[in-house]
Amino acid sequence: MSADRDRPPEPEDAPPADSRSESSARTSTELLAVRDLRIWYGTDRGPVRAVDRVSLDLAPGQALGLVGESGCGKSTLGRGLLGMLPPAAATDGEIRFQGRNLIGMSPARLRSLHGPAHGMIFQEPLTRLDPLMRVSEHFEETLHTHQPDLTRDEARHRALSALRGMGIPPTRYRSYPHEFSGGMRQRIMIALTLVLRPAFVVADEPTTALDVLVEAQIVRILADLRRNFATALLLITHNLGIVAESCDRVAVMYAGRIVEEGDVRQVFGAPAHPYTRELLASTISLATTELHYIPGAPPDLVDPPPGCRFHPRCPEAMRVCPARDPVDVEVDVGHRAACWLHGPESLVPPGMDARLTQGAIGVADEA
Amino acid sequence: MAARSGSMRRYLLQRLALVVPMVWVLVTLVFLLMRVAPGDPVSAALGGRLSPAALAARRHAAGFDKPLVVQYGEYLRDVVTLNFGQTLTDNRPVREVLIDNGGATLTLTLAALIVAFAVGLPLGRRAGRHRDTPPDVGIRLFGIITYAAPVFFLGLILQLVFGVFLDWLPTSDQAGPVVQAEVPTRTHILLLDALLAGQWNSFVDVLRHLILPAVTLGLLLAGVLIRLVRVNLIQTLRSDYVEAARARGIRESDVVGRHAFRNALVPVVTVMGLQIALLLGGAVLTEETFNWPGIGSQLVNYLNERDYTAVQGIITVFAVAVVVVSLLIDVVSAVVDPRVRY
Ligand SMILES: Nc1ncnc2c1ncn2[C@@H]1O[C@H](COP(=O)(O)OP(=O)(O)OP(=O)(O)O)[C@@H](O)[C@H]1O
Ligand code: SF4
Ligand SMILES: [Mg+2]
Repeated sequence: MSADRDRPPEPEDAPPADSRSESSARTSTELLAVRDLRIWYGTDRGPVRAVDRVSLDLAPGQALGLVGESGCGKSTLGRGLLGMLPPAAATDGEIRFQGRNLIGMSPARLRSLHGPAHGMIFQEPLTRLDPLMRVSEHFEETLHTHQPDLTRDEARHRALSALRGMGIPPTRYRSYPHEFSGGMRQRIMIALTLVLRPAFVVADEPTTALDVLVEAQIVRILADLRRNFATALLLITHNLGIVAESCDRVAVMYAGRIVEEGDVRQVFGAPAHPYTRELLASTISLATTELHYIPGAPPDLVDPPPGCRFHPRCPEAMRVCPARDPVDVEVDVGHRAACWLHGPESLVPPGMDARLTQGAIGVADEA
Repeated sequence: MAARSGSMRRYLLQRLALVVPMVWVLVTLVFLLMRVAPGDPVSAALGGRLSPAALAARRHAAGFDKPLVVQYGEYLRDVVTLNFGQTLTDNRPVREVLIDNGGATLTLTLAALIVAFAVGLPLGRRAGRHRDTPPDVGIRLFGIITYAAPVFFLGLILQLVFGVFLDWLPTSDQAGPVVQAEVPTRTHILLLDALLAGQWNSFVDVLRHLILPAVTLGLLLAGVLIRLVRVNLIQTLRSDYVEAARARGIRESDVVGRHAFRNALVPVVTVMGLQIALLLGGAVLTEETFNWPGIGSQLVNYLNERDYTAVQGIITVFAVAVVVVSLLIDVVSAVVDPRVRY
């Protein structure tokens, strides 16, 4: 997290930082408050702006789904929130976790949060446990690191009850990881994360590598999390159904930005952003006979399109879209979207709300 | 628990059953290689030194006048009974040569292994953990030099520095002449015999003689070890379970030591097992350089004399050593890595 890396060039028409919707200026009940977070990777081609001025809030026990196409920065955001980025990444902005800003925090203090304050569940359960260590040793090591006063018996007791909660019988406590199936290993990983009772967990596509039945089981477990442990959850997934089933809120990400965020039922029931609508339409449902897909591909994050990142693919793009960055607008209580369709009208110059045609896009890009 | 130890036993039995065909293939190779050389071995070794009649008698005694298949059968019998006949040149039982000199070679190779691990593991770990830093570059350079430098050259430098200039250590033989005469032979391992006889000074003398050859041979292996440990550690440090351990807030020293380093050693055990050939080859050269009375230097002597019977016996023992070590390595892997046992 070296902050001395090359800054990505600031877009000229960037709105001032405080022009964000007032609704996100929350009180101290927040567990996590992210403001204008930017994360970029230094590469030979220039900075990859994987997270571009993201703001969001999470209350204790709340489950937030994070969706969006591949490569739009979901994993980067999730890892950034935990201070677990690779050395090539640089960050800027503010991540206030339990009142302390993680950005600029010393590596030692950051490490002391890993485990007891927050944890991460990964996509690949098969390779996340040390093959040379018994399941019991994983738990003993984890508990001993953070609670050195715990006796062996107490640690064992804690571990077994966490495992039992995930449906792993105590008889398997001293087994090695390779003796378990993928689904069981993911449940062990979840138990290993929850045994420290963290306040916040990021789960990055925790079921992508698993089959459908196991997936349903894991989703149920994650949905139970906030009820039984008061653990806040950021659930990254491509599966909107999982979000609908297990999350309170959802954030839709496109090209490094959160384009829409709100209550799951509100967002899925009345999507405000064209990208969310396209995303929902591309989900297979029994009602559709053919597969809808969004034309084009997400942009290159080294050189993203100006203005609204989605305008080259947006069926409703207007002349203002490539010219100016859309600002967050509260479309309903606790439901925000960044799209010029929702104004604010005061920022759209006269005549700029005309439809953008294919030809006009090229011209606007030139401008 | 019972199931696990059961599968371990089954694994070991399977592995043991493989030893017989492996030894068979290797000794057959040795036999064939020894016959590829043109002419008959006895005249090669003794031609011009004995009368034709005496030569024929020796040839007959060694069995070289029999058909190849019969010779092969007798050779296999020799291997099984560990009786490799008489040397052609000095007419000693080959077994006696092996027993008299084997202890010195065993001492040297074991001491070299200790040096190799004592040098290679910490340096490889350091280089892998602090990749691309000045210590890493220095350690890699050291590893390449010790691996690439010819054994006699490295040995010569050590002899010059520690033997001649500093005059700290002896550079030749396994012990001083008095010690060699005084220590009663029991195990044929001089170091052990000195200890068993309670001759503390003799023990120290043998140890002092051992240092330079052991370091020479040990550094050769340490070069391989450094590279192996470093590469594997870099890989395991990037692995998913290491990242997951960090996400649980495990201390970095534990992440490196308990997770990354231990996992990095699993392939190292296997690859080091394959280096037994390098170890034996290096032992031959080291024994030559330091006039170390092991079977390696005997092998060189008999090769120069074209004593095929002796050479065949010694090489057979080397081949068996390779098989036995590979078995041991597999056992070690099974103990270290739970996945191997299934
Ligand atoms: N270590 C890295 N170095 C350089 N670029 C990276 C690195 N990691 C990710 N990126 C780039 O950052 C962007 C966002 O990647 P990220 O993995 O966060 O996306 P994602 O939304 O999680 O995608 P997916 O759904 O495929 O997991 C991508 O363009 C990716 O190529
Ligand atoms: S801002 Fe314009 S281009 Fe972007 S999503 Fe809204 S309408 Fe489409
Ligand atoms: Mg991802």
